[in-house]
Amino acid sequence: MTGGASAPAVRLARVVRHYGGVAALDGVNLTVAAGESILLLGANGAGKTTLLRVLALLARPTAGDYLLFGEPTRRGGDRLEQRRRLGFLAHQSWLYEHLTAEENLRFHAGLHGLRPDGAAIEAALDAVGLPGRRADPVRTYSRGMQQRLALARVLLHRPDLLLLDEPFTGLDREGAGRLRALLKRHAAGRTLILATHDVAEALPLATRVVVLAGGRLVADRPTAGLTVAGVEALDRQGSPAPAAAGPWAAGPPTA
Amino acid sequence: MSYLRVVGLVAAKDLRTELRSREQAVSLLVFALLILVVFHFAFDVTVPDFTAFGPGMLWVAFTFSGVLALNHAFRIEREQDRIDGILSAPIDRSAFYLGKVLSTVIFMAAVEVVLVPLAAILFNRAFDGRLALTAAALLLNLVGFAAVGTLFAAVTTATRRSEMLLPLLLFPAAVPIALAAVRTTGHLLAGRPFERFAHWVWLSVAYDLIFLAVAVLLFDFAIDE
Amino acid sequence: MMPGMLERLLLLAATLLIPVAIRMAFVLAPTEGKMGEVQRIFYFHVPSAEMAFLGVGLSALFSVVYLYGRRRLVDVMAEAAAELGCLFCTIVLVTGPIWARPIWGVWWTGEVRLTSTLVLWLILVGYLLLRQSAADREQAARWGAIAAIVGALDMPIIYKSVEWWRGLHPKVLKISGGGGLDPVMGQALLVSSLAFLLLFAVLFMARVRLGLLEEEAESLARAVDRRAATAGGAPAGGVS
Repeated sequence: MTGGASAPAVRLARVVRHYGGVAALDGVNLTVAAGESILLLGANGAGKTTLLRVLALLARPTAGDYLLFGEPTRRGGDRLEQRRRLGFLAHQSWLYEHLTAEENLRFHAGLHGLRPDGAAIEAALDAVGLPGRRADPVRTYSRGMQQRLALARVLLHRPDLLLLDEPFTGLDREGAGRLRALLKRHAAGRTLILATHDVAEALPLATRVVVLAGGRLVADRPTAGLTVAGVEALDRQGSPAPAAAGPWAAGPPTA
Repeated sequence: MSYLRVVGLVAAKDLRTELRSREQAVSLLVFALLILVVFHFAFDVTVPDFTAFGPGMLWVAFTFSGVLALNHAFRIEREQDRIDGILSAPIDRSAFYLGKVLSTVIFMAAVEVVLVPLAAILFNRAFDGRLALTAAALLLNLVGFAAVGTLFAAVTTATRRSEMLLPLLLFPAAVPIALAAVRTTGHLLAGRPFERFAHWVWLSVAYDLIFLAVAVLLFDFAIDE
Repeated sequence: MMPGMLERLLLLAATLLIPVAIRMAFVLAPTEGKMGEVQRIFYFHVPSAEMAFLGVGLSALFSVVYLYGRRRLVDVMAEAAAELGCLFCTIVLVTGPIWARPIWGVWWTGEVRLTSTLVLWLILVGYLLLRQSAADREQAARWGAIAAIVGALDMPIIYKSVEWWRGLHPKVLKISGGGGLDPVMGQALLVSSLAFLLLFAVLFMARVRLGLLEEEAESLARAVDRRAATAGGAPAGGVS
């Protein structure tokens, strides 16, 4: 095992990430122990997606250190092994719409060095509530089904760290509820970091809440004792002040 | 071994997607055919001239539709952020590169299979072994074209001026194989012995190997963030 | 960031040598038998070509070093070398036709070296435009490095292939009657090449200094923006 059993799953120290001259992350410090479930909040543009991408090893920090499972992610760490233990359910599904569910799963499994047989594929689809749909092209799937298929894709290689970026977007109440139930079941025993605005759905999943604003973490506390409203207030705390002037400052005009 | 598996996996995925959607096949073929037709009118090419004009004309047709294929190869990965799926996988990214080169070459070969006979018909050139060898020679050089083109396309498809940038970067870099393709096919169509153009064939082979190797080394930097 | 000692020395050396080179090219070197006075452009044309190839080679070298160590300075050097290479390449492509037209009656001789230089020019322009199309400096550096390395590796192959393409290449530069170059012409060319090299070095150092200053200015501007943002936009508590 790498890093020792006591090493935190994630450790970010003074992480900075620039995009086109702007600092999307401006000194983030975060330590996540194995098995924790983090709810990542923040306004749009606060840097949530950037943070998740850095965590998913899709973007390199401009400065600062990122230790994943106790190993450095700059030179010297075994990047392939680290990527093997990560799972990222992004905003987009990463699915090839002309291929069937089974072909998509086999492709991603193959990239992870896995060769699941038909039964394994079927089981993976069952686990996310898509039984008997393996031969259907993904373009026939609804948004909710695609999200669940994407989750199946992520879970196939049994990652230790699950990263999710706004997974409830575009889902209706029922779809969101189903996804939440699936996440609750499959996040057990794993470390989870979930970015979303849908606090009502996500709060039952989380043990800790962190709020990102202007590229920095401005709040970090356990969820014990927090209500949905309280957490939403935290989310807004990270929002920038509304424009002082301007006709929309008080919200959109009612008819 | 798993490296080659990934190469095959990526190429197979591209081929399967193309078979289902047929997005590319028609556009590549039609575009290449259009170029032949334009040449037909622009130069009033007749039978003896095909040996003179044919090589250059075919190379132009294939490289222009090749640029379309290269752009498509990466556009499909940029949609839905699919490329992130590849980048977050525990694979050597150069295996993804080789998979893309392989699928591009296969697409170009498929276009060739249709287009070379069509060109022979359009310009009244006899079907013989030399024509087939011409197709093979073109393919040899298209490998080099795809090798450098895939590396550049990975970069240019991330910009807004990709239609201009890919040809600008690729065509000068591909000058050696363009010259090799035209000379080799020219000698082939004229029925000259191998010794006359052997050095061009070796140049193509060397170019292909050198730039495949260079691209394998550099690809990670192209696709990184 | 003021010019350092080395830069000043190079500037001094260039200032001294360039007039010497000009005098040698226009006064001391004998007039060529067949081509006349126009041939003197040779003393600017050839060294420019040498600098163009030096530019792309240096750029590729710095690019490799940059990809390994990711130091900003090295990338600035790679860009500077490529820019200067492009500049000198343009001079070659302009002086070539000016030389060729009165003597051979054609603007473009299709000669091997000139054709290769044209391809080099396209490669360097591609490099510069690619960098410009990148989202930020880091991406521009990485992408440019790839273009420079591929370009520089390609140049010998391009040259060879154009040579074969042309069959036999006319010996355009070996003039003055029989065998080699007239000794005084040879000296003039050498001095001219040296002068151009010094010029390259001076321009290079100035350009690198400029690049570093630009970066410093940008990071200062960003710091100012950040200061203004945190001062002006206090987080709103419980609004909406």
